[in-house]
Amino acid sequence: MHDVNASRAANAFAPLTASAVLVNAVGLHARPSVKLTQCAKGFAAKIEFALAPDGPWTDAKSPVKVMRVKAPQGATLHFRVAGPDGKAALAAVLALVHDGFGEA
Amino acid sequence: MAEIHLIGRAASPGLAIGPVTMLTAVVARRTASDDPAQEAAALRAAIEGARAELAEQIKTIQGEVADILEFQVAMLEDDALAVAAYEVISEGITAHHAWRLALDVEIAGYRAAEDEYFRARAADIVDIRDRVLAHLSGVDTIARIAAGSIVAADDITPSAFLAADWSHGGAIALAGGSPSSHVAMLARSRGAPMVVGLGPLSWNGQPPGLALVDGDAGSVIFDPEPETRRLFEQRMTAANAALAAAESASHAPAYTADGRRIAVLLNIAAPEDLAGLDPAICDGIGLVRTEFLFETSLGLPDEDTQYAVYRRILDWAQGRPVTIRTLDAGGDKPIKGVTIDGESNPFLGLRGIRLSLARPEVFRVQLRALARAAVHGALKVMLPMIAVPGELDRAGVLLDAEFAVLTAAGVACARPPLGIMVEVPAAALCAEDFDAAFYSIGSNDLTQYTMAAARDIGSVAELNDAGNPAVLALIARTVEAARKRGVEVSLCGDAAADTHLTTALLATGLTSLSVAPVAVARLKAAIAKVGS
Repeated sequence: MHDVNASRAANAFAPLTASAVLVNAVGLHARPSVKLTQCAKGFAAKIEFALAPDGPWTDAKSPVKVMRVKAPQGATLHFRVAGPDGKAALAAVLALVHDGFGEA
Repeated sequence: MAEIHLIGRAASPGLAIGPVTMLTAVVARRTASDDPAQEAAALRAAIEGARAELAEQIKTIQGEVADILEFQVAMLEDDALAVAAYEVISEGITAHHAWRLALDVEIAGYRAAEDEYFRARAADIVDIRDRVLAHLSGVDTIARIAAGSIVAADDITPSAFLAADWSHGGAIALAGGSPSSHVAMLARSRGAPMVVGLGPLSWNGQPPGLALVDGDAGSVIFDPEPETRRLFEQRMTAANAALAAAESASHAPAYTADGRRIAVLLNIAAPEDLAGLDPAICDGIGLVRTEFLFETSLGLPDEDTQYAVYRRILDWAQGRPVTIRTLDAGGDKPIKGVTIDGESNPFLGLRGIRLSLARPEVFRVQLRALARAAVHGALKVMLPMIAVPGELDRAGVLLDAEFAVLTAAGVACARPPLGIMVEVPAAALCAEDFDAAFYSIGSNDLTQYTMAAARDIGSVAELNDAGNPAVLALIARTVEAARKRGVEVSLCGDAAADTHLTTALLATGLTSLSVAPVAVARLKAAIAKVGS
């Protein structure tokens, strides 16, 4: 489902992309998914991720959708971020993944 | 009636005996409306009710249990969970039917996952489904479990587990389930034995009255013969006595059966790990990892922040020795703004002391904070990933310089003894050549570098064995070097907590082991059996 307003606002900003490897022991499971979505919701930017550089893209603000991806340990998460605070948002989600969500 | 033996997988250790409680699905009845708008509103209210109920529960608890419930709250707060349900409600399906359909698709998705961890999350989604159904129908569908009973079911939800009192015995025997499930985690933390994967629980005639659960072996016996029960009760009595002895002994110093005193130290990753712990359970802290200080989004920690944290740990130890490891970034611990991205093999790259010497501005701040903290207790400073003596010497020069600067400025400080972590085989082989104040063997990296096998790569994980004679020989060599030079040596790393290895480790001459707080009682009990 696309949020029309978010897409419109985001269009003014070129999407930023970067990737990070999941280092925590059991992949993007319950606790990391909650941490990722909580972090993402702190930003206005549209934040999406995928297991491949060309998608399919998943809304990083939805724990239900993040869990459906079932990303295992060692998977590379590709992020695509667009919005006024996109740069800070990208740095924050990458730091979270790098840190193993504080449980590596 | 013949006793029924079922073999499954152990999910939580321990033995239990008790009456059987069968958990069966409770069917809630509810009168639905014909109006899709009313049904949608009813579902919305039920989801909100379930969310509020969970949020209320979370306030009264902490730690692992709170994390599990917070996951459920996050799922309930996400509109994506109910989208499919609202869609079919608009087509005239009742709210409870629609919710069940939507969630069952979600549950099936988890059950089909390749990864056991994600399969185990199905129980959480079942929990979410049933909690909302309960709110829709206005009845309590969460099954009540009598204290001390053996719960037999296909699977069990975290809510059903949490609703029961596990302080008076009881156990769980599941046809399905998983050792990775949230309930298994809860069972382990509450000390409730649990066996999963028993296969279909079908009875000829009436359901069983009594069960024996062996959470160590992963087996369950329903309706045991009197003799079977008697033998099992004997085992339980012996196990309980051993456990009680281990608990009460965890405050006493550890001795082997032949009278050797073994120091048991703690590994911690943050001062919070010490919350609620009595310093009397240990002989000091053998490893403080300092990476946590650097892993925040607030940038690198300044000297005062580090000093305050180190001092808190020293204060807790009440004069017992505390070994703090300088920043061990790199390898599997990347830190933004410190480590180098894109190394072809980070484990063989710029990590540990190599990185600290390459980035002395970060290292100097940590050394200053440590020198200031050293006046508050028996602080020892350990350098990670040392391979050649020159690295220790260069770090020593930097520490001397920072100590001189602080002293000249009139700041209270002391120069802590500088030791090395022995985790590179080169350092173990030539340990005697290092002018180290102490050695601490890092068995995780020493094993992976010696065996050339990472433990997180499943296909070679078997080679990653700290009990391999080659690894034990390097440990023995380090212990011998310490003896010759008259300095202390200990072992931190997961091998110290693996009680299968205790005898082999102590045979190398080691007299000091450092483990996570949770492993102390178990390790002390294992030490007491060595040499008997």
